[in-house]
Amino acid sequence: MENFTPLASLGGGILIGLSASLLLLCNGKIAGVSGIVGGVLSPTPNDTAWRVLFVVGLFTGGLLFSLFSPQVFTVSISRSTGALILAGLLVGFGTRLGNGCTSGHGVCGMSRFSVRSVVATITLMIAGFATVYIINHLLGGSL
Amino acid sequence: MNAALAACVAGLIFAVGLALGGMTLPGKVTAFLDIFGNWDPSLALVMLGAITVHAVLYRVIRRHSSPLFAPTFSTPTRRDLDFRLVGGAALFGVGWGLGGFCPGPAVTSLASGQPSTLIFVAAMLVGMFLYKLVDKAWGQPLAIPPQQEPHFVASTTSAFEGPQDA
Repeated sequence: MENFTPLASLGGGILIGLSASLLLLCNGKIAGVSGIVGGVLSPTPNDTAWRVLFVVGLFTGGLLFSLFSPQVFTVSISRSTGALILAGLLVGFGTRLGNGCTSGHGVCGMSRFSVRSVVATITLMIAGFATVYIINHLLGGSL
Repeated sequence: MNAALAACVAGLIFAVGLALGGMTLPGKVTAFLDIFGNWDPSLALVMLGAITVHAVLYRVIRRHSSPLFAPTFSTPTRRDLDFRLVGGAALFGVGWGLGGFCPGPAVTSLASGQPSTLIFVAAMLVGMFLYKLVDKAWGQPLAIPPQQEPHFVASTTSAFEGPQDA
């Protein structure tokens, strides 16, 4: 618990909630990053520009942090290239198959009390808990 | 133009929220998921903050008949639970625990230029593309994109049953 950051995390969450609300109010869209990125990979007329610009905004926000506060991107876990590739493949394929990720199901869907999103969020949390349990407690913390 | 600007600003605020909240630290993500170890519950507060704000504002916003810069709201209306939803979420959860990244923080972290982040994002895009190929190969959508999800219609099956013999 020594790394607990309640205020920063709560503040970050509030900003995410405000961002999702802004996108809904202005564009009528759900701020689900996997769906937004997936939609850029399968472009349809009149439904691509806002997606690209949301991703540009995400990237720009990251760029600002990397200039002024690069420690927010410190990768402290030990993962091989193979593990990272497998992780990326699972995240990309799984979020498209399940129609959402932590933002689309976990934040936006849960806020609407969507049954699908509640089930998806519980499922992905359990899978995440189990995976980290196996890596940290059965495999010694690195992979 | 307004719609484009709003999407960009929303993305920017989203990135700041992720970075401030600790979502861009794979070590913090795995510490949050390590409930039987040295557990760091911080990221539960990211979700709590985001859901609390959006749950309230969602209801306020939906009182309007349409968004400010678009003709209609594109919110999902499906209520059915299927294997694709649960299976997809499970695969994603495994990848999240394995890599410590979910899609938003991964894209946000790109600008830091770290090799592990670039490898993860490249693989994530390949995974999304593979889904597209599998989806196409199966000849029918495995999952319907949110903006195209049909309203849940209880009588859908009756259309295929045809007239009953007397």
